Amino acid sequence: MTGAEMPILSLSSVSKSFGALKVTDDVSFELAKGEALGIIGPNGAGKSTLFNLIAGNLRPDQGSVFLDGKDVTRETAMQRCSSGIGRSFQIPQPFGHLTVYENLLVAARFGGSVGAGEAPALCMDILARTGLAAQADKVSGGLPLLQRKRLELARAMATRPRVILLDEIAGGLTEGECHELVATIRQIHAEGTAIIWIEHVLHALNSVVERLMVLNFGKMLMIGKPDEVMAAREVREIYLGIEA
Amino acid sequence: MIWLDTLVQGILLGGLYALFAAGLSLVFGIMRLVNLAHGDLIVLGAYLILGVMHVTGLHPFVAVLIAAPVMFGLGWLLQTHVLNRVLGDDILPPLLVTFGLSVVIQNGLLESFSANSQKLTAGAIEAQSVQLGPISMGVMPLLTLASAVGVIFLLNQLFYRTALGRAFRATSDDATTAQLMGISPSRVFAMATGIALVVATVAAMYLGTRANFDPSIGPARLLYAFEAVIIGGLGSLWGTLAGGIVIGVAQALGAAVNPEWQILSGHIAFVLVLLLRPRGLFPRAND
Repeated sequence: MTGAEMPILSLSSVSKSFGALKVTDDVSFELAKGEALGIIGPNGAGKSTLFNLIAGNLRPDQGSVFLDGKDVTRETAMQRCSSGIGRSFQIPQPFGHLTVYENLLVAARFGGSVGAGEAPALCMDILARTGLAAQADKVSGGLPLLQRKRLELARAMATRPRVILLDEIAGGLTEGECHELVATIRQIHAEGTAIIWIEHVLHALNSVVERLMVLNFGKMLMIGKPDEVMAAREVREIYLGIEA
Repeated sequence: MIWLDTLVQGILLGGLYALFAAGLSLVFGIMRLVNLAHGDLIVLGAYLILGVMHVTGLHPFVAVLIAAPVMFGLGWLLQTHVLNRVLGDDILPPLLVTFGLSVVIQNGLLESFSANSQKLTAGAIEAQSVQLGPISMGVMPLLTLASAVGVIFLLNQLFYRTALGRAFRATSDDATTAQLMGISPSRVFAMATGIALVVATVAAMYLGTRANFDPSIGPARLLYAFEAVIIGGLGSLWGTLAGGIVIGVAQALGAAVNPEWQILSGHIAFVLVLLLRPRGLFPRAND
């Protein structure tokens, strides 16, 4: 990170509770333009909640979210999408009655503010890159899980985000499929899109990200270079369950 | 040959019911809102056309072009300021609000225009007919059916060929995810209700030229519309046209047997379809 440049996304002391349970506890970090950040942590650590707070599905109880230095804490999910935050869901949520291609078209035209003229070419390009070209005209409600996961990624790409939030998109894939997916994500990264990626498939994650964050009980335990984080004693104890 | 004639008249009548139902079907399909004031909004549209004709002296076919944008605006405002505030997981609040709206519109019209019957006068075209072999078809009923087919064709084009239509369908599938894709459900809903009231205005013109109307007839139109939507299968616009025709034909056949049976036959057809095909004639594939 260059200190002079404004981070694309920053969170400042963000907290969120569901009743008595503090699911996000005083989380602060900055994401540089074009950076790739991985998030790991045990189930229930508050990883998806953090995404909801960034994407705007949830409002934090305390703290602020900044996009390009602008406070977007009070903005709706729709506004944040238009300002450049794209997200995929851990459990795929396609528009089930629309075809795969139409799912992308909706995302591109509304979220990405892409004109009617260029949207079809953009969507076909994304479908090709995510391995969905053959499924373009299929109704998305009937797709198998792997293709739904790809559609999540493709649809988030179609909103032309500057920050893309990926929620466990490699889970349940075969080695070869995972390899393809990593290649696609690397390419998105190479094009300058900042990425935050929640993932349990560590080798896939660590082959892409520049920094790694560990969440535990809603708290940010560590953030740093992947090899340093993975080597840290408390991470091995708490996250990997290994007695060091 | 009288049966063939009855069948044809029933199909033509079905066009009117399909026009009543198209707006209701559209709104239900997109936001799962059953608008209990739909029939009264049609009657309101008829009075609006009447008012435009009274002030300008225009023909109903022209007056409807002035009334339709006004009704679109009304629908937009109604959705933005009233209905969007009550839409949610609970289906009861929107039902109560639209029921209240129905009462308000009926009494407002009664206060403003009295209970006297009104009619939209279309002139010579009302009496004209075309002869096709042994069957004589009125020009106005033919235009009604043609308009119903046209309206449903256009709505389908809108739904499946335009960005707005895809936003309608995406929001209908999942309003929360639609927001993450940059769609504003409240604006999409406002457009939908605006368009539904434009269709209601077209229905109002044919309702008012075909027969007398007064402030109290809205709820019965709602019932026909509702039955047409259910018979066709929720969410299918062509199904709604078929549903309207089923009711129209049933009513015409009933009336041919005994004029007192006209309305009852329509309702019996509705019950029969519900018994045999509870999801309607053309249900959506994966609901």
